[in-house]
Amino acid sequence: MKFDSSVLNNTEKIMFALRALYMGSGYRRYTMSRFEEYDLYSRNKDFLVSDGVITFTDTNGMLMALKPDVTLSIIRNCRDEENSLRKLCYNESVYRISKKTGTFKEIMQTGLECIGMIDAGCLTEVLSLAGESLAMLSDSFILELSDMDTVLTFLNDMTQSDDIKRRIIKCAGERNIHEITEICEQESIPELKCKSFRDLLSISGRAEKVLPELGRLCPGDRLAARLDLIKSIIGGIGDTEIRSRIEIDFSLIGDVSYYNGIVFRGFIDGIPDRVLSGGQYDRLMEKMGKRSNAVGFAVYLDELERIELPDDFC
Amino acid sequence: MEKLLNIALPKGRLGEKVYKMFEAAGFPCPEILETNRKLTFENPEAGVRYFWVKPSDVPIYVERGAADIGVAGKDILMEYQPDIYELLDLKTGKCRMISAAPEGYVDNTQHILRVATKFAGIARRYYASIGREIDIIHLNGSIEIAPILGLSDVIVDITETGTTLKENNLKIIDTIASISARLIANKSSFRFRRDMIDRVVAGLSAQTEADR
Repeated sequence: MKFDSSVLNNTEKIMFALRALYMGSGYRRYTMSRFEEYDLYSRNKDFLVSDGVITFTDTNGMLMALKPDVTLSIIRNCRDEENSLRKLCYNESVYRISKKTGTFKEIMQTGLECIGMIDAGCLTEVLSLAGESLAMLSDSFILELSDMDTVLTFLNDMTQSDDIKRRIIKCAGERNIHEITEICEQESIPELKCKSFRDLLSISGRAEKVLPELGRLCPGDRLAARLDLIKSIIGGIGDTEIRSRIEIDFSLIGDVSYYNGIVFRGFIDGIPDRVLSGGQYDRLMEKMGKRSNAVGFAVYLDELERIELPDDFC
Repeated sequence: MEKLLNIALPKGRLGEKVYKMFEAAGFPCPEILETNRKLTFENPEAGVRYFWVKPSDVPIYVERGAADIGVAGKDILMEYQPDIYELLDLKTGKCRMISAAPEGYVDNTQHILRVATKFAGIARRYYASIGREIDIIHLNGSIEIAPILGLSDVIVDITETGTTLKENNLKIIDTIASISARLIANKSSFRFRRDMIDRVVAGLSAQTEADR
Protein backbone atom coordinates (compact mmCIF):
# COMPACT_ATOMS: atom_id res chain seq x y z
CA MET A 1 0.00 0.00 0.00
CA LYS A 2 1.33 3.43 -0.90
CA PHE A 3 0.55 6.54 1.10
CA ASP A 4 1.07 10.27 0.75
CA SER A 5 3.96 11.41 2.97
CA SER A 6 2.10 14.67 3.65
CA VAL A 7 0.06 12.77 6.28
CA LEU A 8 3.23 12.57 8.41
CA ASN A 9 4.09 15.35 10.84
CA ASN A 10 7.64 16.73 11.06
CA THR A 11 8.70 14.45 13.90
CA GLU A 12 7.56 11.35 12.02
CA LYS A 13 9.18 12.43 8.76
CA ILE A 14 12.51 13.10 10.50
CA MET A 15 12.33 9.88 12.50
CA PHE A 16 11.82 7.73 9.38
CA ALA A 17 14.39 9.63 7.32
CA LEU A 18 17.06 9.26 10.02
CA ARG A 19 16.22 5.60 10.56
CA ALA A 20 16.69 5.03 6.81
CA LEU A 21 20.04 6.86 6.95
CA TYR A 22 21.34 4.82 9.88
CA MET A 23 20.04 1.44 8.65
CA GLY A 24 21.44 2.22 5.19
CA SER A 25 24.83 2.68 6.87
CA GLY A 26 24.73 -0.78 8.43
CA TYR A 27 23.14 0.02 11.81
CA ARG A 28 20.66 -2.57 13.09
CA ARG A 29 17.45 -1.37 14.68
CA TYR A 30 17.25 -1.94 18.42
CA THR A 31 13.86 -1.94 20.13
CA MET A 32 13.35 -2.16 23.84
CA SER A 33 10.71 -2.23 26.52
CA ARG A 34 9.24 1.04 27.79
CA PHE A 35 10.15 0.01 31.35
CA GLU A 36 13.44 -0.77 33.03
CA GLU A 37 14.41 -1.51 36.64
CA TYR A 38 14.77 1.81 38.49
CA ASP A 39 18.08 0.64 39.95
CA LEU A 40 19.77 1.12 36.55
CA TYR A 41 19.00 4.84 36.56
CA SER A 42 19.54 5.48 40.26
CA ARG A 43 23.11 4.16 39.92
CA ASN A 44 23.84 6.41 36.92
CA LYS A 45 21.81 9.50 37.78
CA ASP A 46 24.45 11.98 36.59
CA PHE A 47 24.37 10.50 33.09
CA LEU A 48 20.69 11.38 32.70
CA VAL A 49 19.72 14.65 31.02
CA SER A 50 17.07 15.42 33.68
CA ASP A 51 16.89 14.46 37.35
CA GLY A 52 13.38 13.09 37.57
CA VAL A 53 12.37 9.52 36.76
CA ILE A 54 8.75 8.25 36.71
CA THR A 55 8.62 5.10 38.82
CA PHE A 56 6.02 2.45 39.63
CA THR A 57 5.95 -0.85 41.49
CA ASP A 58 5.47 -3.82 39.16
CA THR A 59 3.21 -6.78 40.02
CA ASN A 60 6.24 -8.69 41.37
CA GLY A 61 7.11 -5.86 43.77
CA MET A 62 10.06 -4.64 41.68
CA LEU A 63 10.52 -0.85 41.48
CA MET A 64 10.42 0.01 37.78
CA ALA A 65 10.91 3.22 35.78
CA LEU A 66 9.61 4.60 32.52
CA LYS A 67 12.80 4.89 30.47
CA PRO A 68 14.36 8.37 30.83
CA ASP A 69 17.29 7.33 28.60
CA VAL A 70 18.08 4.80 25.88
CA THR A 71 21.88 4.46 26.04
CA LEU A 72 21.94 2.92 29.53
CA SER A 73 19.47 0.20 28.48
CA ILE A 74 21.46 -0.61 25.35
CA ILE A 75 24.72 -0.90 27.31
CA ARG A 76 23.13 -3.10 29.94
CA ASN A 77 21.82 -5.50 27.32
CA CYS A 78 25.02 -5.54 25.28
CA ARG A 79 27.49 -8.40 25.79
CA ASP A 80 31.26 -7.85 25.62
CA GLU A 81 32.60 -9.72 22.60
CA GLU A 82 36.26 -9.79 21.57
CA ASN A 83 37.13 -8.01 18.31
CA SER A 84 33.52 -7.18 17.52
CA LEU A 85 31.64 -4.02 16.71
CA ARG A 86 27.90 -3.72 17.28
CA LYS A 87 26.19 -0.95 15.34
CA LEU A 88 22.74 -0.17 16.64
CA CYS A 89 20.15 2.52 15.99
CA TYR A 90 16.90 3.30 17.74
CA ASN A 91 13.69 5.36 17.82
CA GLU A 92 12.31 5.37 21.31
CA SER A 93 10.13 7.45 23.59
CA VAL A 94 11.87 8.63 26.73
CA TYR A 95 10.19 10.21 29.76
CA ARG A 96 11.95 13.22 31.21
CA ILE A 97 11.35 16.49 32.97
CA SER A 98 11.19 19.10 30.24
CA LYS A 99 13.64 21.96 30.74
CA LYS A 100 11.03 24.31 29.30
CA THR A 101 7.95 23.34 31.33
CA GLY A 102 9.49 21.76 34.42
CA THR A 103 7.02 18.86 34.09
CA PHE A 104 7.36 15.31 32.77
CA LYS A 105 7.12 14.92 29.04
CA GLU A 106 7.23 12.02 26.58
CA ILE A 107 10.04 12.81 24.14
CA MET A 108 10.74 10.91 20.95
CA GLN A 109 14.47 10.33 20.60
CA THR A 110 16.39 8.79 17.76
CA GLY A 111 20.06 7.98 17.56
CA LEU A 112 22.75 5.37 17.22
CA GLU A 113 25.35 3.58 19.30
CA CYS A 114 28.55 1.85 18.20
CA ILE A 115 29.84 -0.62 20.80
CA GLY A 116 33.00 -2.75 20.71
CA MET A 117 36.45 -2.04 19.26
CA ILE A 118 36.25 1.70 18.57
CA ASP A 119 39.00 3.05 16.33
CA ALA A 120 39.50 6.32 14.42
CA GLY A 121 37.56 4.92 11.45
CA CYS A 122 34.58 4.21 13.66
CA LEU A 123 34.72 7.68 15.25
CA THR A 124 34.86 9.21 11.77
CA GLU A 125 31.81 7.22 10.67
CA VAL A 126 29.76 8.26 13.72
CA LEU A 127 30.75 11.94 13.42
CA SER A 128 30.02 11.83 9.71
CA LEU A 129 26.55 10.35 10.34
CA ALA A 130 25.91 13.07 12.93
CA GLY A 131 26.81 15.64 10.24
CA GLU A 132 24.64 13.89 7.64
CA SER A 133 21.71 13.86 10.11
CA LEU A 134 22.01 17.65 10.49
CA ALA A 135 22.53 18.22 6.76
CA MET A 136 19.27 16.37 6.04
CA LEU A 137 17.39 18.79 8.28
CA SER A 138 18.84 22.13 7.27
CA ASP A 139 21.32 23.86 4.98
CA SER A 140 22.53 25.92 7.91
CA PHE A 141 23.98 23.74 10.66
CA ILE A 142 27.08 23.52 12.81
CA LEU A 143 28.62 20.42 14.33
CA GLU A 144 30.57 21.44 17.42
CA LEU A 145 33.44 19.12 18.38
CA SER A 146 35.51 18.88 21.55
CA ASP A 147 37.87 16.36 23.12
CA MET A 148 37.55 15.37 26.77
CA ASP A 149 41.09 13.96 26.97
CA THR A 150 42.56 17.28 25.84
CA VAL A 151 40.43 19.33 28.25
CA LEU A 152 41.21 17.00 31.17
CA THR A 153 44.95 17.10 30.44
CA PHE A 154 44.83 20.90 30.82
CA LEU A 155 42.63 20.68 33.94
CA ASN A 156 44.80 18.04 35.62
CA ASP A 157 47.79 20.29 35.04
CA MET A 158 45.96 23.13 36.83
CA THR A 159 44.69 21.29 39.91
CA GLN A 160 44.21 17.89 41.51
CA SER A 161 41.09 18.98 43.40
CA ASP A 162 37.87 17.49 41.99
CA ASP A 163 35.85 20.34 43.51
CA ILE A 164 37.94 23.03 41.79
CA LYS A 165 37.82 21.07 38.51
CA ARG A 166 34.03 20.83 38.81
CA ARG A 167 33.77 24.61 39.34
CA ILE A 168 36.09 25.36 36.41
CA ILE A 169 34.21 22.93 34.13
CA LYS A 170 30.91 24.63 35.00
CA CYS A 171 32.37 28.04 34.07
CA ALA A 172 33.98 26.63 30.92
CA GLY A 173 30.59 25.27 29.79
CA GLU A 174 29.23 28.82 30.11
CA ARG A 175 32.29 30.33 28.35
CA ASN A 176 32.62 32.27 31.60
CA ILE A 177 36.29 33.17 31.28
CA HIS A 178 36.19 35.94 33.92
CA GLU A 179 35.06 33.55 36.67
CA ILE A 180 37.68 30.96 35.67
CA THR A 181 40.28 33.68 36.27
CA GLU A 182 38.68 34.45 39.66
CA ILE A 183 38.72 30.76 40.69
CA CYS A 184 42.37 30.45 39.66
CA GLU A 185 43.26 33.53 41.71
CA GLN A 186 41.32 32.28 44.76
CA GLU A 187 42.87 28.80 44.55
CA SER A 188 46.44 30.03 43.79
CA ILE A 189 46.60 28.28 40.42
CA PRO A 190 49.61 29.73 38.52
CA GLU A 191 48.57 32.39 36.00
CA LEU A 192 50.49 30.65 33.21
CA LYS A 193 48.37 27.49 33.59
CA CYS A 194 45.17 29.50 33.91
CA LYS A 195 46.06 31.44 30.75
CA SER A 196 46.74 28.23 28.81
CA PHE A 197 43.27 26.96 29.71
CA ARG A 198 41.65 30.29 28.83
CA ASP A 199 43.47 30.21 25.49
CA LEU A 200 42.20 26.68 24.88
CA LEU A 201 38.62 27.91 25.38
CA SER A 202 39.17 31.06 23.35
CA ILE A 203 40.50 29.26 20.29
CA SER A 204 37.22 28.08 18.84
CA GLY A 205 35.80 28.08 15.35
CA ARG A 206 36.04 26.29 12.02
CA ALA A 207 38.30 23.25 12.29
CA GLU A 208 40.62 24.23 9.43
CA LYS A 209 41.32 27.57 11.11
CA VAL A 210 41.59 26.31 14.68
CA LEU A 211 43.62 23.11 14.31
CA PRO A 212 46.92 24.82 13.34
CA GLU A 213 46.54 27.24 16.30
CA LEU A 214 45.90 24.32 18.65
CA GLY A 215 49.15 22.71 17.58
CA ARG A 216 51.01 25.66 19.09
CA LEU A 217 48.95 25.55 22.29
CA CYS A 218 49.19 21.81 22.97
CA PRO A 219 52.75 20.79 23.81
CA GLY A 220 53.65 17.25 24.79
CA ASP A 221 53.23 13.86 23.14
CA ARG A 222 49.87 13.09 24.72
CA LEU A 223 48.20 16.28 23.46
CA ALA A 224 49.92 15.99 20.08
CA ALA A 225 48.49 12.46 19.74
CA ARG A 226 44.99 13.72 20.58
CA LEU A 227 45.34 16.50 18.04
CA ASP A 228 46.48 14.02 15.39
CA LEU A 229 43.45 11.85 16.16
CA ILE A 230 41.07 14.84 15.82
CA LYS A 231 42.71 15.77 12.50
CA SER A 232 42.43 12.21 11.27
CA ILE A 233 38.73 11.95 12.29
CA ILE A 234 37.81 15.20 10.55
CA GLY A 235 40.04 14.46 7.56
CA GLY A 236 38.35 11.08 7.18
CA ILE A 237 34.92 12.62 6.62
CA GLY A 238 34.36 12.33 2.90
CA ASP A 239 31.66 14.98 2.50
CA THR A 240 33.50 18.30 2.25
CA GLU A 241 30.32 20.26 3.06
CA ILE A 242 29.96 18.43 6.39
CA ARG A 243 33.68 18.79 7.08
CA SER A 244 33.44 22.55 6.59
CA ARG A 245 30.60 22.76 9.16
CA ILE A 246 32.67 21.28 12.00
CA GLU A 247 33.71 23.79 14.64
CA ILE A 248 36.17 22.99 17.40
CA ASP A 249 35.10 24.33 20.80
CA PHE A 250 36.60 23.06 24.04
CA SER A 251 33.92 24.78 26.12
CA LEU A 252 31.86 21.70 25.25
CA ILE A 253 32.64 19.38 28.16
CA GLY A 254 30.66 16.23 28.91
CA ASP A 255 30.35 14.63 32.34
CA VAL A 256 33.89 13.54 33.25
CA SER A 257 32.64 10.38 35.00
CA TYR A 258 31.17 9.06 31.75
CA TYR A 259 32.75 10.63 28.70
CA ASN A 260 36.28 10.39 27.36
CA GLY A 261 37.61 11.13 23.90
CA ILE A 262 35.54 13.16 21.47
CA VAL A 263 32.22 14.81 22.39
CA PHE A 264 30.05 16.72 19.96
CA ARG A 265 26.83 18.72 19.62
CA GLY A 266 24.73 19.78 16.63
CA PHE A 267 23.03 23.15 16.15
CA ILE A 268 20.63 24.33 13.45
CA ASP A 269 20.21 28.02 12.68
CA GLY A 270 16.93 29.28 14.16
CA ILE A 271 16.61 26.53 16.80
CA PRO A 272 17.71 27.88 20.19
CA ASP A 273 18.97 24.64 21.72
CA ARG A 274 21.23 21.83 20.53
CA VAL A 275 19.38 19.27 18.41
CA LEU A 276 21.99 16.52 18.59
CA SER A 277 24.56 15.46 21.13
CA GLY A 278 26.94 12.59 21.54
CA GLY A 279 30.43 11.36 22.24
CA GLN A 280 32.64 8.51 23.31
CA TYR A 281 31.64 7.07 26.68
CA ASP A 282 34.13 4.36 27.62
CA ARG A 283 34.02 5.48 31.26
CA LEU A 284 30.29 4.80 31.46
CA MET A 285 30.89 1.36 29.92
CA GLU A 286 33.57 0.68 32.54
CA LYS A 287 31.25 1.87 35.31
CA MET A 288 28.65 -0.61 34.11
CA GLY A 289 31.18 -3.45 34.13
CA LYS A 290 31.81 -3.61 30.37
CA ARG A 291 35.22 -3.88 28.72
CA SER A 292 34.11 -2.61 25.31
CA ASN A 293 34.43 0.99 24.12
CA ALA A 294 31.42 2.91 22.86
CA VAL A 295 30.44 6.02 20.94
CA GLY A 296 27.04 7.30 19.90
CA PHE A 297 24.67 10.22 19.61
CA ALA A 298 21.03 11.16 20.05
CA VAL A 299 18.87 13.51 17.98
CA TYR A 300 16.31 15.42 20.05
CA LEU A 301 13.15 15.30 17.97
CA ASP A 302 11.21 17.52 20.39
CA GLU A 303 13.52 20.41 19.42
CA LEU A 304 12.64 19.86 15.75
CA GLU A 305 8.83 20.06 15.94
CA ARG A 306 8.70 23.52 14.38
CA ILE A 307 11.58 23.21 11.90
CA GLU A 308 10.83 24.08 8.29
CA LEU A 309 12.05 21.05 6.41
CA PRO A 310 13.50 21.34 2.90
CA ASP A 311 10.84 20.83 0.15
CA ASP A 312 12.49 17.63 -1.06
CA PHE A 313 12.79 16.16 2.45
CA CYS A 314 10.47 13.16 1.97
CA MET B 1 21.12 41.59 4.26
CA GLU B 2 22.43 40.13 7.50
CA LYS B 3 19.81 39.48 10.18
CA LEU B 4 19.67 42.01 13.02
CA LEU B 5 21.21 40.94 16.30
CA ASN B 6 18.42 40.82 18.90
CA ILE B 7 19.53 42.27 22.24
CA ALA B 8 17.41 42.03 25.42
CA LEU B 9 18.10 44.81 27.91
CA PRO B 10 16.73 44.99 31.46
CA LYS B 11 14.16 47.78 31.94
CA GLY B 12 15.26 50.50 34.36
CA ARG B 13 18.38 52.38 35.38
CA LEU B 14 20.78 49.48 34.81
CA GLY B 15 19.40 48.91 31.29
CA GLU B 16 19.89 52.57 30.38
CA LYS B 17 23.45 52.52 31.70
CA VAL B 18 24.22 49.33 29.80
CA TYR B 19 22.68 50.73 26.59
CA LYS B 20 25.18 53.61 26.79
CA MET B 21 27.96 50.97 26.84
CA PHE B 22 26.53 49.33 23.70
CA GLU B 23 26.31 52.76 22.07
CA ALA B 24 29.95 53.50 22.93
CA ALA B 25 30.88 50.06 21.58
CA GLY B 26 29.58 51.09 18.14
CA PHE B 27 26.00 49.77 18.29
CA PRO B 28 23.86 52.91 18.71
CA CYS B 29 20.09 53.14 18.38
CA PRO B 30 19.15 56.71 19.44
CA GLU B 31 15.37 56.22 19.38
CA ILE B 32 15.68 53.86 22.37
CA LEU B 33 16.12 56.89 24.66
CA GLU B 34 12.98 58.66 23.39
CA THR B 35 10.09 58.68 25.83
CA ASN B 36 7.33 56.56 24.29
CA ARG B 37 5.63 53.22 24.76
CA LYS B 38 7.59 51.34 22.10
CA LEU B 39 9.25 48.15 23.28
CA THR B 40 11.53 47.31 20.34
CA PHE B 41 14.03 49.60 18.64
CA GLU B 42 16.02 48.89 15.47
CA ASN B 43 19.09 50.32 13.85
CA PRO B 44 19.67 48.32 10.63
CA GLU B 45 22.87 50.26 9.92
CA ALA B 46 24.43 49.05 13.17
CA GLY B 47 22.78 45.62 12.68
CA VAL B 48 20.97 45.63 16.05
CA ARG B 49 17.44 45.41 17.46
CA TYR B 50 17.08 46.25 21.16
CA PHE B 51 14.14 45.49 23.40
CA TRP B 52 13.36 46.25 27.02
CA VAL B 53 12.15 43.39 29.19
CA LYS B 54 11.67 42.79 32.91
CA PRO B 55 15.19 42.14 34.33
CA SER B 56 14.31 38.64 35.55
CA ASP B 57 12.96 37.74 32.08
CA VAL B 58 16.19 38.53 30.17
CA PRO B 59 17.67 35.01 30.62
CA ILE B 60 14.38 33.46 29.43
CA TYR B 61 14.44 35.50 26.20
CA VAL B 62 18.07 34.57 25.63
CA GLU B 63 17.81 30.88 26.57
CA ARG B 64 14.79 30.44 24.27
CA GLY B 65 16.52 32.29 21.40
CA ALA B 66 14.09 35.24 21.14
CA ALA B 67 17.14 37.36 21.95
CA ASP B 68 20.60 36.42 20.65
CA ILE B 69 22.30 38.22 23.52
CA GLY B 70 21.20 40.16 26.61
CA VAL B 71 22.28 41.71 29.86
CA ALA B 72 21.27 40.18 33.18
CA GLY B 73 22.37 40.53 36.79
CA LYS B 74 24.46 37.70 38.22
CA ASP B 75 21.79 37.32 40.94
CA ILE B 76 19.18 36.41 38.30
CA LEU B 77 21.61 33.99 36.60
CA MET B 78 22.49 32.32 39.91
CA GLU B 79 18.83 31.96 40.83
CA TYR B 80 17.46 30.57 37.55
CA GLN B 81 20.63 28.88 36.21
CA PRO B 82 19.69 29.24 32.54
CA ASP B 83 21.53 27.22 29.89
CA ILE B 84 23.34 30.16 28.25
CA TYR B 85 26.86 31.50 27.74
CA GLU B 86 28.06 34.17 30.18
CA LEU B 87 30.48 36.09 27.98
CA LEU B 88 31.48 39.15 29.97
CA ASP B 89 31.34 40.77 33.40
CA LEU B 90 30.22 44.32 32.56
CA LYS B 91 31.42 45.50 36.00
CA THR B 92 28.40 47.72 36.44
CA GLY B 93 25.32 47.36 38.67
CA LYS B 94 27.67 46.06 41.36
CA CYS B 95 26.24 44.79 44.65
CA ARG B 96 26.49 41.77 46.96
CA MET B 97 24.28 38.78 47.71
CA ILE B 98 24.31 38.55 51.49
CA SER B 99 22.72 36.83 54.45
CA ALA B 100 21.72 39.22 57.26
CA ALA B 101 20.03 39.06 60.65
CA PRO B 102 18.93 41.52 63.38
CA GLU B 103 21.79 42.99 65.45
CA GLY B 104 22.63 40.63 68.30
CA TYR B 105 21.08 37.58 66.62
CA VAL B 106 22.73 34.29 67.57
CA ASP B 107 21.96 31.24 65.42
CA ASN B 108 20.29 28.50 67.45
CA THR B 109 21.39 25.38 65.59
CA GLN B 110 18.79 23.27 67.45
CA HIS B 111 16.11 24.88 65.28
CA ILE B 112 15.55 24.86 61.55
CA LEU B 113 16.70 28.26 60.29
CA ARG B 114 13.88 30.38 58.81
CA VAL B 115 15.17 32.29 55.78
CA ALA B 116 13.15 35.03 54.05
CA THR B 117 14.24 35.71 50.49
CA LYS B 118 13.32 36.46 46.90
CA PHE B 119 16.17 34.13 45.86
CA ALA B 120 14.98 30.71 47.04
CA GLY B 121 17.36 28.75 44.78
CA ILE B 122 20.45 30.68 45.86
CA ALA B 123 19.50 30.44 49.56
CA ARG B 124 18.80 26.70 49.29
CA ARG B 125 22.16 25.99 47.60
CA TYR B 126 24.11 28.26 49.95
CA TYR B 127 22.77 26.73 53.18
CA ALA B 128 23.11 23.20 51.71
CA SER B 129 26.79 24.00 51.06
CA ILE B 130 27.31 24.81 54.76
CA GLY B 131 25.09 21.95 55.94
CA ARG B 132 22.37 24.03 57.63
CA GLU B 133 18.75 22.91 57.44
CA ILE B 134 16.43 25.76 56.48
CA ASP B 135 12.82 26.70 55.92
CA ILE B 136 12.46 29.07 52.96
CA ILE B 137 9.94 31.89 53.21
CA HIS B 138 9.57 33.15 49.67
CA LEU B 139 8.79 36.89 49.55
CA ASN B 140 8.63 39.22 46.56
CA GLY B 141 9.79 42.48 48.19
CA SER B 142 10.54 44.35 51.45
CA ILE B 143 12.56 41.35 52.62
CA GLU B 144 14.17 43.38 55.46
CA ILE B 145 10.88 43.54 57.35
CA ALA B 146 10.63 39.73 57.75
CA PRO B 147 13.05 39.28 60.72
CA ILE B 148 11.81 42.49 62.36
CA LEU B 149 8.27 41.07 62.52
CA GLY B 150 9.49 37.61 63.53
CA LEU B 151 8.54 36.03 60.19
CA SER B 152 12.11 34.78 59.67
CA ASP B 153 15.41 34.47 61.54
CA VAL B 154 17.58 35.73 58.67
CA ILE B 155 17.25 37.11 55.17
CA VAL B 156 19.13 36.42 51.93
CA ASP B 157 19.06 39.46 49.67
CA ILE B 158 21.15 41.82 47.56
CA THR B 159 22.60 45.01 48.98
CA GLU B 160 24.57 47.78 47.30
CA THR B 161 25.67 50.01 50.20
CA GLY B 162 24.09 48.26 53.20
CA THR B 163 22.20 51.45 54.19
CA THR B 164 18.70 49.86 54.16
CA LEU B 165 20.01 46.99 56.26
CA LYS B 166 21.55 49.39 58.81
CA GLU B 167 18.42 51.53 58.96
CA ASN B 168 16.44 48.39 59.82
CA ASN B 169 18.95 47.31 62.47
CA LEU B 170 20.17 44.34 60.43
CA LYS B 171 23.81 43.20 60.20
CA ILE B 172 25.46 41.25 57.42
CA ILE B 173 26.39 37.72 58.48
CA ASP B 174 28.00 36.51 55.27
CA THR B 175 28.63 37.57 51.68
CA ILE B 176 27.36 34.79 49.43
CA ALA B 177 28.45 36.26 46.08
CA SER B 178 29.55 39.42 44.30
CA ILE B 179 26.91 40.57 41.84
CA SER B 180 27.21 42.66 38.67
CA ALA B 181 25.65 42.85 35.21
CA ARG B 182 26.72 40.12 32.77
CA LEU B 183 26.56 39.88 29.00
CA ILE B 184 24.86 36.58 28.12
CA ALA B 185 24.32 34.79 24.81
CA ASN B 186 22.11 32.04 23.45
CA LYS B 187 24.27 28.96 22.75
CA SER B 188 22.92 28.45 19.24
CA SER B 189 23.01 32.17 18.30
CA PHE B 190 26.61 32.31 19.52
CA ARG B 191 27.52 29.75 16.83
CA PHE B 192 25.58 31.34 13.96
CA ARG B 193 26.09 35.06 14.81
CA ARG B 194 29.65 34.66 16.05
CA ASP B 195 31.27 37.54 14.14
CA MET B 196 28.73 40.09 15.31
CA ILE B 197 28.72 38.81 18.92
CA ASP B 198 32.54 38.85 18.99
CA ARG B 199 32.44 42.52 17.87
CA VAL B 200 29.97 43.37 20.67
CA VAL B 201 32.14 41.55 23.24
CA ALA B 202 35.28 43.36 22.01
CA GLY B 203 33.54 46.77 22.12
CA LEU B 204 32.17 46.22 25.62
CA SER B 205 35.28 44.61 27.10
CA ALA B 206 37.38 47.57 25.90
CA GLN B 207 35.22 49.73 28.20
CA THR B 208 35.32 47.38 31.21
CA GLU B 209 39.11 47.08 30.85
CA ALA B 210 39.42 50.90 30.62
CA ASP B 211 37.38 51.20 33.85
CA ARG B 212 39.77 48.95 35.78
